[in-house]
Amino acid sequence: MAAQLQHLGYDDEKLQRVMERLPCRDVQARMLLALMGEPEQCSYPSIFIYGHRTTGKSHVIHTLLKELELPYATVSCVECVSVGLLFEQVLLSLFGSDSASLLSRSPSLSDFVRVYKQLCVQASAKQTRYIVLDRVELLRDMEANLLPAFLRLQELVDDNVTVIMLSEIVWDKFRPNTGCFEPLLLHFPDYSKGELQQILSEDSHPSYSPELYSAFINILLGVFYSVCRDLRELRHLAALNFSKFVEPLEQGKVKEGDTHKLWRNIEPYLKKAMQTVYLRELSSVQWEQQLQMEEKEAGAVRGLSAHAHVELPYYSKFLLIAAYLGSYNPARTDKRFFLKHHGKIKKTNFLKKHEKTSNHLLGPKPFPLDRLMAIFYSVVDSRVAPTASVFSQISSLVTLQLLIQVGHDDQLDAPKYKCAVSLDFILAISRTVSFDMVKYLYDFL
Amino acid sequence: MTSSVSKGCFVFKPSAKRRRNTPTVEDYFIHGSEDTENSKLRFRNCQTLWEKMKADTELLQDELNRKILDSLLAFIRKSVSTFQRGTDDWASRMRAHEIPTAALVLGVNVPDHDMTFQCLADQLQQSVTPFVVSVQATECAALNHMMQRVLERLIGTSVSVDNEEPEQRSTNVNQKRVHCSLITLCNWYKTVTKKAASGTPRKKRTSVGKDMQQHPPIVVIFKDLEAFNPKVLQDFILICSRYVEQLPLMFVFGIATSPSTIQHMLPHSVSSLLGIELFQSLSCTQHLASVIDKVILTSQFPFKPSGKVLQVLVSIFLYHDFSVRNFIKGLQLALLEHFHSQPLSVLCCKKEALVHATELSHRNVERLQQLPSFMRYVEEQGPQEQVELLTSDDHVKEVCQKLLKDLRKYHKNYYPILRCLHILTASLPKYPLGKQIRELHISCLEKNVWENEEYASAMQLLRMMAKDELTSALQKCAEILKSVKTKKMRAALLQLDNLLAKFDQPGDLAADENAAGEDLTSPGKGLQKKTDLFQLQKTLLEMKKSRRTKTMSPFEILRDQALEFIDSLVRSHLAPPESQPLYEVCYYSSSAVLRRHLNATPRTSIQTALSNPYHYLKNENLRAEDGTVSNAAPDICIVYKLHLECGRLINLYDWLEAYATVVSAAEGKDPDSADFGKVDELKHARFIQAVSELEFLGFIKSTKQKTDHVSRLTWGGC
Repeated sequence: MAAQLQHLGYDDEKLQRVMERLPCRDVQARMLLALMGEPEQCSYPSIFIYGHRTTGKSHVIHTLLKELELPYATVSCVECVSVGLLFEQVLLSLFGSDSASLLSRSPSLSDFVRVYKQLCVQASAKQTRYIVLDRVELLRDMEANLLPAFLRLQELVDDNVTVIMLSEIVWDKFRPNTGCFEPLLLHFPDYSKGELQQILSEDSHPSYSPELYSAFINILLGVFYSVCRDLRELRHLAALNFSKFVEPLEQGKVKEGDTHKLWRNIEPYLKKAMQTVYLRELSSVQWEQQLQMEEKEAGAVRGLSAHAHVELPYYSKFLLIAAYLGSYNPARTDKRFFLKHHGKIKKTNFLKKHEKTSNHLLGPKPFPLDRLMAIFYSVVDSRVAPTASVFSQISSLVTLQLLIQVGHDDQLDAPKYKCAVSLDFILAISRTVSFDMVKYLYDFL
Repeated sequence: MTSSVSKGCFVFKPSAKRRRNTPTVEDYFIHGSEDTENSKLRFRNCQTLWEKMKADTELLQDELNRKILDSLLAFIRKSVSTFQRGTDDWASRMRAHEIPTAALVLGVNVPDHDMTFQCLADQLQQSVTPFVVSVQATECAALNHMMQRVLERLIGTSVSVDNEEPEQRSTNVNQKRVHCSLITLCNWYKTVTKKAASGTPRKKRTSVGKDMQQHPPIVVIFKDLEAFNPKVLQDFILICSRYVEQLPLMFVFGIATSPSTIQHMLPHSVSSLLGIELFQSLSCTQHLASVIDKVILTSQFPFKPSGKVLQVLVSIFLYHDFSVRNFIKGLQLALLEHFHSQPLSVLCCKKEALVHATELSHRNVERLQQLPSFMRYVEEQGPQEQVELLTSDDHVKEVCQKLLKDLRKYHKNYYPILRCLHILTASLPKYPLGKQIRELHISCLEKNVWENEEYASAMQLLRMMAKDELTSALQKCAEILKSVKTKKMRAALLQLDNLLAKFDQPGDLAADENAAGEDLTSPGKGLQKKTDLFQLQKTLLEMKKSRRTKTMSPFEILRDQALEFIDSLVRSHLAPPESQPLYEVCYYSSSAVLRRHLNATPRTSIQTALSNPYHYLKNENLRAEDGTVSNAAPDICIVYKLHLECGRLINLYDWLEAYATVVSAAEGKDPDSADFGKVDELKHARFIQAVSELEFLGFIKSTKQKTDHVSRLTWGGC
């Protein structure tokens, strides 16, 4: 195989090393190498690589470029809050530390092209330069000319440069409606179970044999493969549970070959891990503590979602209840709930067609401040003076993200809000003030 | 310094040099009082007392925070050490991509958190790392702002540390302006740590240097996680995770609601980059309880809020804000108001009170004699004494000293007994006297607690208490009484110890119980013989009676004794302060003032001003009957009054006509003349101005529903 690659003009040994570091991505790596050609050869202007998270896109590219010692710049688009930052990082890594000073304070694309050309003349390279743009989908939200320009940067700067774009999204979602240069598309498929097994087995624990670790990975994949194929997550799970797995070995109860016994030992923990750790309900540290605590105090450490209870001041609770009622009851039904002599209204005749579906399925609706206060005054049992602190509680509920302010016009006269808490949450709140929530909800009539 | 000085100081004086006499707090305090010496004294009293109270509460809050801060610090130190061990350890290598994160749950009152975070940042800087940044949501509307804040503060602080090299500082500042990215931060961090590692003797923090390792972590504190824009936060975490190998980053999330907000804000792909550990702080109600315990339920401070005042403060806390800081501020306001409004509060201090009593001026003695509690005291005295008390200043001063001493003794006995009663009643079902000691305290302040129905029912429940519960409660009471040094309390303690000793004699109890058991069976035997209905009834009645009297086991007798003893203590020491002469000196009772200041009602004030301008302007012309407005009132009041009569939509032209009529009447025009109520330019302009003022105040707004109409934003009216 190595013989086939020889003509590409790279060192044989280096290629060998690269291939070793890219397990299960043989096909893709070869494809890339073929596209890149020999270092001196002119390469294709832009390559677009897509595939799910943790399919080895960045890893393959970086290993190739780094090990083969090619000139390259790699930029994550998340980091680039401004275009200037993007240009700067490209120039910095391609032309050294002085280059960025040539850019003006807030450079435009043409500035970048100009500076690039200028530097290119000074330091014309024999090898192809590579620019790797990670998470390139964010480029779409920046200036409109950026993406098309990067796609044909080679033409613009008149240099042997290839732009490699990495994304989790397919190319169809990128194509601007004005049309653009079509990059070469390269797909990284998900790893299969066997491939995952092979990759995970590589980071084996130094003090145990690789076979044991591989057996452990086998068990782990048996439990988790059906729910999770994310390599990073699986690696995390492996790291968390391995110490438990080898515990019987440490204690000398079981021999290394006895996988069945080891499996019996670890299985309940893995099942438990599926409930909490996979959702990152517990931090890894807490998980380890819990493993050490054993069953004695099982449930002592609870996940994040177990702490859903929030303590609120008395009136804040009622304001939240009023907001919930405002969000989930149609405004026309307020009369029925809050007037003493409302008469009987039958649910079916009373409502328009679209209101017959459950309001809880449709989500919260916005309501004006007036309505909130009107409901508030009728649900709270004592007379409340309209003090400043009652109103300030509304805004503090907004900062706590329990209410959401909607719309931006007319904020002074008639602000509108939405209630952002769940039914369970509001039921718990109303229980503490002994308010029968269900009786006031139209959906439960 | 006199009041004229503070009046004479103008803000708009041009030269700053001439303005040497800026009024101090003291000037404001003294301003407008007739007796400057006295008010100065009061001000000093007030200051010293407040300083003491503040110091005490701060100490208490530090103590309360300590536990959670200690565990946080331990967490951060541990994370540092794993970072330093680097790739040696298999487990930490596998976890290298997680950013250690502490989720700090602090309760819903966000402003209170500032102090905790300040404390945390200080302690971190002292013992773990100099690189601590706190960011707030308001500063981080976008990702670049957030980056800028973090970098500015980090690089800025280190610059202020390394102030030997001013030129580097300037370059740093320049660079920062050019690009705010984590690469800059990385480079900066490398140079800083290299400098530290190269062993140049660092002058400024040698004590820290020992503890600080080669790679001090960078701690970013997000003060109010909920308020952050989730997108910004996600991006920031994503970026940080790219540099986690080069930078030992660490986050602290300040969470006001519940930890599940993290999951709401961050998708799994982001939250999996964090290794989150949870820290829960003390709930704010517990916090309040300990503050009240330390500041109010103690004889240490002579200043006392009355029951009503305390109730206002507590209800603001419970109903509105859950803020301990606001509670303390409210207490400070009460303190200030007390010393400001009550001239006799010179006597409200600890040691100097008696000295001050001998130095009372004649005017103040008169005030003293007019105090209701003192007059009541005078009435109780013999005729000779009464005359003396009403005529001789010197005698009054003497008596006053004695009364002050009595008052102090009263307080010294009051609080221990209050605590004892609370211990006994706090575990009763349904909490007849309140779950918290503050509730009991308030009811004791208001009237004789033993006259309450709740007290009677509590006593009844206590009479049914089991032995071990009762003795353990009494033992706790004894513990409390032990720490008190007054004579009466010592006597009480002695008696209580006696009772406890009796409870502990199991032999006697058992023997007596046997005897009681025999008694119980004997009348039962007698019952079988008789069959007569009348006889049966008689014996049953007898049996009932005998059971009531005879079946009292010695334990029960002892229990009754103990409770009677407690009851007598309550009756003698928990009388409300109103019964004590001179209580006005120490108790601040104008709860209405406090409520008005702390729980303002802006809307009610505006409505009062508009519907009853006399209330604020105090102009006799504006005095009007209930519900009407004089036609001489300001334009806006007239317009407001007229708009109350309208429905949801108001026709502007009709409104103008009505306004012109009212104003014409005010001008004294003849109602029959032709131009009465005619709209001229001046009236038109005044009307427009008044209407736009109303719009500004939020009573009306323009509407598109109908031309020439405005819509009302308030409902109700006349």
